[in-house]
Amino acid sequence: MKRMSRKHLATPYVFWIICFTILPLIYIAWYAVSDGDGGYTVENILAIFEPVHWKAFVLSIELALICTVVCLLLAYPVVLILRRLKIKKKGTIVAVLILPMWMNFILRVYAWQVLLSDNGIINSFLGMLGLPSINIINTPAAIVFGMVYDFLPFMILPIYNSLMEIPNDIIEAAKDLGADGFTIFRKIIWKLTLPGVISGITMVFVPAMTSFVFSDILGGGKIQLIGNVIEQEFTTSMNWQLGSGLSIALMTIILLIMALLQKSNQQTKGNNMIW
Amino acid sequence: MVKNVFGRIYIGLIMLFLYAPIVVLIVLSFNNSKSRAKWGGFTLKWYSELFDNSIVMDALWTTLTLAILSAVIATVLGLLGAIGIDAMKKRNYQIMLGATNIPMLNADIVTGIALMLFMVRFLPLGFSTMLIAHITFNIPYVIFSILPKLQQIDVSVYEAARDLGANSVKAFWKVIIPIIKPGITSGFLLAVTMSLDDFIITYFTRGAGVNTLSTVIYGEIRRGIKPEMYSLSTILFLMVLIVLVMSNRASKKQVK
Amino acid sequence: MKKLKKLTALLVSLVCVMGTLSGCGEDSKNTLVVFNYGNYIDPAILDIFEEETGITVKYEEATTPEILYSKYHAGSIKYDVVCTSDYMLERMIKEGDLIKFDASAFEHIDNIGETYWDFSKAFDPTNEYTIPYFYGTVGILYDTTKVTEDVDSWEILFDGSYAGDIIMMNSMRDMYMLTLKYLGYSINTTNTDEIDEAQKLIVAQKPDVQAYFVDETKDELATGNAAMGVIYSGDAFVAMEMNEDLAYAVPKEGTNLWMDSWGITKQCDNVDAAQKFLDFLCREDIAKMNFEYIYYSTPNEAVIEDMDPEVAADEMIVPPQEILDNCEVCQMTSDELLEYYNNLWKEFKAK
Repeated sequence: MKRMSRKHLATPYVFWIICFTILPLIYIAWYAVSDGDGGYTVENILAIFEPVHWKAFVLSIELALICTVVCLLLAYPVVLILRRLKIKKKGTIVAVLILPMWMNFILRVYAWQVLLSDNGIINSFLGMLGLPSINIINTPAAIVFGMVYDFLPFMILPIYNSLMEIPNDIIEAAKDLGADGFTIFRKIIWKLTLPGVISGITMVFVPAMTSFVFSDILGGGKIQLIGNVIEQEFTTSMNWQLGSGLSIALMTIILLIMALLQKSNQQTKGNNMIW
Repeated sequence: MVKNVFGRIYIGLIMLFLYAPIVVLIVLSFNNSKSRAKWGGFTLKWYSELFDNSIVMDALWTTLTLAILSAVIATVLGLLGAIGIDAMKKRNYQIMLGATNIPMLNADIVTGIALMLFMVRFLPLGFSTMLIAHITFNIPYVIFSILPKLQQIDVSVYEAARDLGANSVKAFWKVIIPIIKPGITSGFLLAVTMSLDDFIITYFTRGAGVNTLSTVIYGEIRRGIKPEMYSLSTILFLMVLIVLVMSNRASKKQVK
Repeated sequence: MKKLKKLTALLVSLVCVMGTLSGCGEDSKNTLVVFNYGNYIDPAILDIFEEETGITVKYEEATTPEILYSKYHAGSIKYDVVCTSDYMLERMIKEGDLIKFDASAFEHIDNIGETYWDFSKAFDPTNEYTIPYFYGTVGILYDTTKVTEDVDSWEILFDGSYAGDIIMMNSMRDMYMLTLKYLGYSINTTNTDEIDEAQKLIVAQKPDVQAYFVDETKDELATGNAAMGVIYSGDAFVAMEMNEDLAYAVPKEGTNLWMDSWGITKQCDNVDAAQKFLDFLCREDIAKMNFEYIYYSTPNEAVIEDMDPEVAADEMIVPPQEILDNCEVCQMTSDELLEYYNNLWKEFKAK
């Protein structure tokens, strides 16, 4: 009975999801299966396998994956160092990490354009120091750069929250038992932060899949990601059917991948049966 | 000790990375040229023009109300949701996680159009529809911030509290909430962030004459962003920074 | 469990209350809902209008014709008057979204010159639905410190002489339009062989292009990040204000003349107020104010006559007849052709 009632705390959320996520999605699903003339078709959904769309899709996965890995590699040391520095004000750290994100997104992206461009501030600075310039603007590297910039705090925060919770005595105990640094990291720290890492990966990878502003502005509009295609179907070409079909296909594929990943990762769940 | 020095340098570099564009925005707010890429001398005129611009001031008010309200509601719903999901069996757990992903997974324009088509059936577009939309895309970030904390909770803590005679509600408030509080805080802050940043979903769900800062800024892109926006960003940034420093000072004093 | 049900009920009722709150307090008789592009009117004009007529203006902005159309079409808000671009107006007229205005109710509509009514006929054949607001051309903006030769043809973009230093349009319509013009075809061609030829050209050009932008081109050129770029005349003017070394040219092969006009929607139930508003925008002093705020080419001849001679001599602000003679207005392509273009554009972007 007690377990029952915990579960039901989610009722308002379930209600919300049904009302404002699932039901509106039915419109999109309906557009996806209608052919525009009153008939029904699966063409719009299968259109993801057309070479042009597939290429954009694969490219999006590649860039989103690179972005996720870079974020993880940058974020984890940040968290380890913050723990070592023993800073007391956890709230302050969280706020300092998030504060830049409160400035408008598009203004920040344009600021990066100013910073990164071939005659931009960074290159002028490098030139003054006699260093070679960085010419990444209008390339896929700039797209990844922009994504990493925008999503990094989404990786740092969940890992930070889960790492700060590990009591020092566990690590001390492990040390006393003769574990070396790497073993402590692998056996204790990494394992205990895994739920945070998974949350971080989700909050970085999933939105990165459909972003299109980075490729339009920092990528110079030269590369087509699946987000660009979907956006274009809904706007310029006013083909809501195809746009919806591609969205549904994209959603299905990503959710399937994530379900499979979770299946192979069951141990993360299971230690939480405390109720 | 040496390790700490390297650590500090590394953190410094990451901060530089996160704050570099903000520095650019602050510099641009004093730039006497409309171009964002050319320095035209120092000026304060964008600041005075900013306060004369009633559209921007209205938009600022709407933006802040919307961000805070939607983040608060999303945090409450998300907290309850996360606790509930955490207690679910594997199958439902996975279904709920999948469903939670949907608003993050859909391109903004898809979410925006879907919400608009759905809500116009029973609600006139206005502040309430914007609020609903913002809560909807905020919740996933709250849930993914709180879930990992819940999964870390040591069974013994809760059980110990129960053994000592706390009822389940009390054990929950006194034991569980403090442990997951960092997750709640960062979930709330991420929700505010998402709400402040959104443009396209807001565009489709807002009513006529209602603006947020994002819709004003995106509207200006076509004809060139007005430098007043940089002064506004600067002011907002400094205000939040001051609040941060003050609260930091206050808590330091308390410790003493 | 009971508590939860209560909570849910509370939530539902909260949402409903908010819904009704936002719905009330509106007097539709005396308000006008205006839909326009961002930053595309002098805000002071709205205040003057409200003061003079007592009609409240609710003003909403959109970024592109397409997202304006999407929102309008969902019927989510009862828009009264809409300002958008030529091809989108054509679509709206064809779909019966606009109503005819009553010319006899206007006092100042004669300020709009005959030339512009003629151009409007491309999308509004009888001149009964739309009133021209601003117009302009698409041309090449170049940096005179980097480009010393004469820029008078689209060819300079395609012959590779400025490889890596040019910015093209990240806009399907404009890219095919200028390429078709360069090839000597009509921008409104329905011949797919001609369109395929244009496709080959832009695909071959892609390695030479630094970036595809629309709104960013003016800043990129003003900074000197590129030697030249394709740009709307209105944006070119903004860029030239920021950097004196820039110059604008309309290629001799001709170009697209774009026009933004106002129309009254079929949902409008206060046509009088709507017509008053549109007439107000044609009034000389108001049109002048607006022109000085926006600085796009105005079709209002009263404003042109009254212009500072130096401004009036600027080909970008008042294009001379020989430029206009070479221009075409972009029309709404049929859905089939739009799909054809769209597939080509995606293939081009995927290269």
